[in-house]
Amino acid sequence: MMSAVIELDIEGPAAPPRANGELVFAEPWESRAFGLAMSLNESGVFTWDEFREELIAAISSWEQSAQPGDCYSYYQCWLTALERISITHDLIPAHSLRERAQELADRPAGYDHGHDHDHDHDHDDHDDHDH
Amino acid sequence: MSTDVSADRIPIKLRAEALEQLLVERGLVDPNVMDSFIKTYEKDVGPLNGAKVVAKAWTDPEFKARLLENGTTAVAELGFKGPQGEHIVVVENTDTVHNVVVCTLCSCYPWPLLGLPPTWYKDPAYRARVVKEPRTVLAEMGLTLPESTEVTVWDSSSEVRFFVLPQRPAASEGMSEEELVAIVSRDAMVGVAVVGA
Repeated sequence: MMSAVIELDIEGPAAPPRANGELVFAEPWESRAFGLAMSLNESGVFTWDEFREELIAAISSWEQSAQPGDCYSYYQCWLTALERISITHDLIPAHSLRERAQELADRPAGYDHGHDHDHDHDHDDHDDHDH
Repeated sequence: MSTDVSADRIPIKLRAEALEQLLVERGLVDPNVMDSFIKTYEKDVGPLNGAKVVAKAWTDPEFKARLLENGTTAVAELGFKGPQGEHIVVVENTDTVHNVVVCTLCSCYPWPLLGLPPTWYKDPAYRARVVKEPRTVLAEMGLTLPESTEVTVWDSSSEVRFFVLPQRPAASEGMSEEELVAIVSRDAMVGVAVVGA
């Protein structure tokens, strides 16, 4: 079920634009999450319908648990769906996601390659993440 | 939510980064393929494709007939196909009927014609309300329709992705197909706006 009363956001981040032209992704991680799903789908790891089912579940779950004032993030639901399908399809173990994210969170302050993410890991000299 | 694989206190961008690292390390995702998908949808695929389809339909009655008959094959004639373009159904606005599209469950949208959906299309408010009170939502978005116009709301899904063929404005008489492309907005092809000349 949808939340009972939701105001249409006229001025805020979800505001309906009056013309063409807007950023497709608000933040770099959103584009990465998008690209991951597209790549996995293309290589046949899961079908788009399978991903869509997880996406619908994640969105529905958010809508049912949202409190007034909670800010909706479509790509947060997208990422949740992608995490879940990666686990249910045995692509990665659930614990490794948690552990890796925690390792990234524990990186020393100032360490940041989140902005302009590239795939050159040569500069990644502090830890090779293997366990 | 209890199904979350990561603790809430971990920033979302680190969850995304962790997932990417793990998938790339296992050889499940090729970073170059991934980057090309991102670039394509950031830069190359967008509403201009849909505008070309509309302008052609306005100037070529036979194409318009094929478009309304089978959207997917008609737009493929112009080279527009790909993910989320498999089941395109075109609905035509007329003097008496205005069509508007939503995906109530998630965000199904004809990517090859319009690119990725805008934020408002994915928003819970739009998805829930446009079905219940389309006239009010359209008015809030700047489109007030006469009472005599029937409003039809189409719910896109994995089976069908709807695309609105807007009405050609009377003032566009005499414009070339190329000139027409420029006046067709993304919002008009979703049905939350009309095309002004």
